[in-house]
Amino acid sequence: MELTRRKILAIGSGTLALAGLPGLPAFANPAQEAIALLTGGAEIGEGGVTLTLPEMAADGGTVPLEVSAPGAVSIAIFAERNPEPGVVTFTFGPLSGSRSVSTRIRLAETQEVTALATMEDGSFQMAKAHVDVTVGGCG
Amino acid sequence: MATELKTRVKVPSSASAGEVVTIKAMITHPMENGRRKDSEGNTIPRSIINRLVVDFNGQNVIDVALEPSVSRNPYFQFDAVVPESGEFKFTWYDDEGSVHETARPVTVT
Repeated sequence: MELTRRKILAIGSGTLALAGLPGLPAFANPAQEAIALLTGGAEIGEGGVTLTLPEMAADGGTVPLEVSAPGAVSIAIFAERNPEPGVVTFTFGPLSGSRSVSTRIRLAETQEVTALATMEDGSFQMAKAHVDVTVGGCG
Repeated sequence: MATELKTRVKVPSSASAGEVVTIKAMITHPMENGRRKDSEGNTIPRSIINRLVVDFNGQNVIDVALEPSVSRNPYFQFDAVVPESGEFKFTWYDDEGSVHETARPVTVT
């Protein structure tokens, strides 16, 4: 291809246009980034998820967690200050009797835990819970 | 994994048709997160249970994807519908490619 001045200008402006596109926004932490990847940036509602964790956990190695989200097809749990923010994901099948699960998780330090539910209509709901951790449980 | 993993499940032995029952499932496993070091300072490689699938008569109840932030001896409590007599099947998958299965029959009365 012969590069005329006009073409070079066209290429240049195209590159500029690309650079001007809004890229991924800057996330405060990896959990927010993981959540944005799941939702594709869609709006996330609140009030449809109940997330229960102790306010204080002496041992971060085993922290009881209970999550409930009626009408959810799946629920993902994130711990923003763990080495890997994704903790566990529950996907409910046709014979699920409720959209509630209890388990035990590790928390590296004091932080906020987030439950993100994907609802039957494809919308998202979330809930957060703050846990004070005395001894971290990820190391 | 060299040691035999023990699975424990709690399922009612009988239910009425369509009843919602609570199930508890656990497996003994260290859930090595790949960040701990042994006494010589060598990193202990990641080795976790990464998935639990619970089915009843071939229909899915719950599918759990586990990351290293799930505590050792992973434990889950959840609810299932029992439409007819049959069997709950619990399948745990580990990082080494092994599969650990447990089954529990339920009779509809």
